Amino acid sequence: MKHESVETNAGLLIILTLAVISVGGLVEIVPLFYIDDTIEEVDGVRPYTPLEQRGRDIYVREGCYTCHSQMVRPFRDEMLRYGHYSLAAESQYDHPFQWGSKRTGPDLARVGGKYSNEWQVQHLIDPQSLVPESIMPGYPWLATTPLNYSDIEARMIALKRVGVPYSLTDEEYEANVERFGAEHARMFDIRDAEDNLVGQAQAENFDGNPGTITEMDAIVAYLQVLGTMVDFSAYDDGHFAEFR
Amino acid sequence: MSQAATTAGAAPAASVATSEQYNYAIIKRFAIAAILWGVFGMAAGVWIASQLAFPFLNFDIAQITFGRFRPVHTSAVIFGFGGNALFATSYYIVQRTCQTRLWSDSMASFTFYGWNLALILGVITYMMGITQGREYAEFNWQIDIIILVVWVAYFMVFLMTLLRRNQPHIYVANWFFMAFILATALLHIFNNIQVPVGLFHPHSYSIFSGVQDAMTQWWYGHNAVGFFLTAAFLGMMYYFVPKQAGRPIYSYKLSIIHFWALVFLYMWVGAHHLHWTALPDWVSTLAATFSILLLLPSWGGMINGIMTLSGAWDKLRTDPIMLFLITALAFYGMSTFEGPMMSLKSVNALSHYTDWTVGHVHSGALGWVAMITFGSLYHLIPRLWNVNLFSLKLVYVHFFLATIGIVLYITAMWVAGIGQGLMLRAFDQYGNLAYTFTESVVFLHKPYVVRAIGGGFFLAGMLIMAFNIAMTVRSGIKAEAREAQAASAEARTA
Repeated sequence: MKHESVETNAGLLIILTLAVISVGGLVEIVPLFYIDDTIEEVDGVRPYTPLEQRGRDIYVREGCYTCHSQMVRPFRDEMLRYGHYSLAAESQYDHPFQWGSKRTGPDLARVGGKYSNEWQVQHLIDPQSLVPESIMPGYPWLATTPLNYSDIEARMIALKRVGVPYSLTDEEYEANVERFGAEHARMFDIRDAEDNLVGQAQAENFDGNPGTITEMDAIVAYLQVLGTMVDFSAYDDGHFAEFR
Repeated sequence: MSQAATTAGAAPAASVATSEQYNYAIIKRFAIAAILWGVFGMAAGVWIASQLAFPFLNFDIAQITFGRFRPVHTSAVIFGFGGNALFATSYYIVQRTCQTRLWSDSMASFTFYGWNLALILGVITYMMGITQGREYAEFNWQIDIIILVVWVAYFMVFLMTLLRRNQPHIYVANWFFMAFILATALLHIFNNIQVPVGLFHPHSYSIFSGVQDAMTQWWYGHNAVGFFLTAAFLGMMYYFVPKQAGRPIYSYKLSIIHFWALVFLYMWVGAHHLHWTALPDWVSTLAATFSILLLLPSWGGMINGIMTLSGAWDKLRTDPIMLFLITALAFYGMSTFEGPMMSLKSVNALSHYTDWTVGHVHSGALGWVAMITFGSLYHLIPRLWNVNLFSLKLVYVHFFLATIGIVLYITAMWVAGIGQGLMLRAFDQYGNLAYTFTESVVFLHKPYVVRAIGGGFFLAGMLIMAFNIAMTVRSGIKAEAREAQAASAEARTA
């Protein structure tokens, strides 16, 4: 076929272009859904509690990903600085993923438990008060804005639709008890979402202000769980190398 | 200089008739919108660059913090400045090369209002904190739907115009525009599959998660560069470079080969944004391999563009518009060399997550995309209004401000990126980390100041262009009014 026939036929040009541009995505993306090794088998990774998920929503809302990654790479310096390299399994309930592309600030994949709640709250309100050299903006409104959780059920239902195993029926709840243990499974039940959210915020009082549930409660709850779900001490060194 | 004035601003005598033969009104609107978005988007860029150098500029105001404002900058320059310029030039080129009027004035108008409405809504919603949290695809799901509808209309207008052509052949620029329209549709749809929280709820959740979501997003992300910011602008190049040079394109064969190679290869390379992450290695390796291959068609396009000037190199001395176009191609060559190099896993280990990436993007975005757009608009706008450019001297001023700005920007980012990359992987003699993360942030301050200044230069050039174009358009409108008056006077005396 001469190239002239493409140049003189718009339909042919469109069909051939579509064919040519489809190959790359088909070869690289589709297998990721079918190759089992893509996501490692590992214990401990669970969906977020309602409060943590609302914190994650705020993390997305404020565009934290524009300066912070959540993806530790398998290098010596990164493992010393941040901890074990990130597994695909650890972000399997992340809709959307927040691996990031730029570290204007440090990686946050394993920030959970690294600092106290008080430190996180103070740092979010006024970063320079704790790290004078920091160039992070302050987020004082998080501490004063009451958390809107009126739509938490709708949010969890949407997340359930995209594959997060929150439960709406007794059977789903039982399956979660089996999979994540009774304590967690209760947190994943959409029917009790609001009570669970309020309960966690009041029990753990992340923002140091027991009176109101603020956005600060939610985002600190999220930050404190990041990277803490997998107990790496339970695995041999190099155990996860086979998945790479 | 006088020779340049005639080539740069020449308005063919026949162009009175062309306003009926072609739909120029729509192109005028898109061209002006591109300049307005350029001013706004680049000012937003200088603003967020200054925030990184001087963080007090965040002022503890949620709506203008870096995290919310960075998508305002990226969307305004990519989709506002770049997008409107692409609509303008593609509608111009498809009409001129097909020698036919644009199909459906109302559909074309719809693309203008729809596209710009989506962008304005985007800016407002970002500042309100409504975002999908996917880089370069932050528009929320309702805006995504508006964009999709506009895009289908754009495809229809472009295709129907091609089908009405009075030329047997579809000119090469139009292949690139068509590939850009098709690929952008494909990418936009598959990267924005979301489940909304509610019908009237602004928030939604991506259907994919984790590793698959990351791969889909960067398949989109890199091809936003590959098709939106490259293929389409190559379409622009394939028309305006030969036109401004007054010579045919250097090699017809090369344009065929590099078109098909480019559109095929680009779609494979997105995963080089995910080297060393939890993405499986096989995808990463494939992406790196194809990134290296991509150097060939990229340079094929650059060579084809630059060599078009062979035999007319003297124009670089006399024609500032040519300077813009050829410098754009030089930056295109440079950043398409830097890109494959950065996609090597060993280089990427250092460069990823640092400002080197930001510098690379801007050598492409400022050096290639913006420069080729400036050159094209300077060529296009006098022809649309049938006047000479207000000032060629100001075009020179713009060119030098822009070039100085880019050089400051990318060298500052090389220093920042390579410096930070090296600091973060340095060990002391006892095998401990030599620097804390905070120490690398302190180091970044000076490069960040230089970068903001570089951006300021580039913005100053953009403002001068806006002034030059405003004066040009004003004289065009005046001349039109005079002509209309003369015509009616003539009609009265007759």
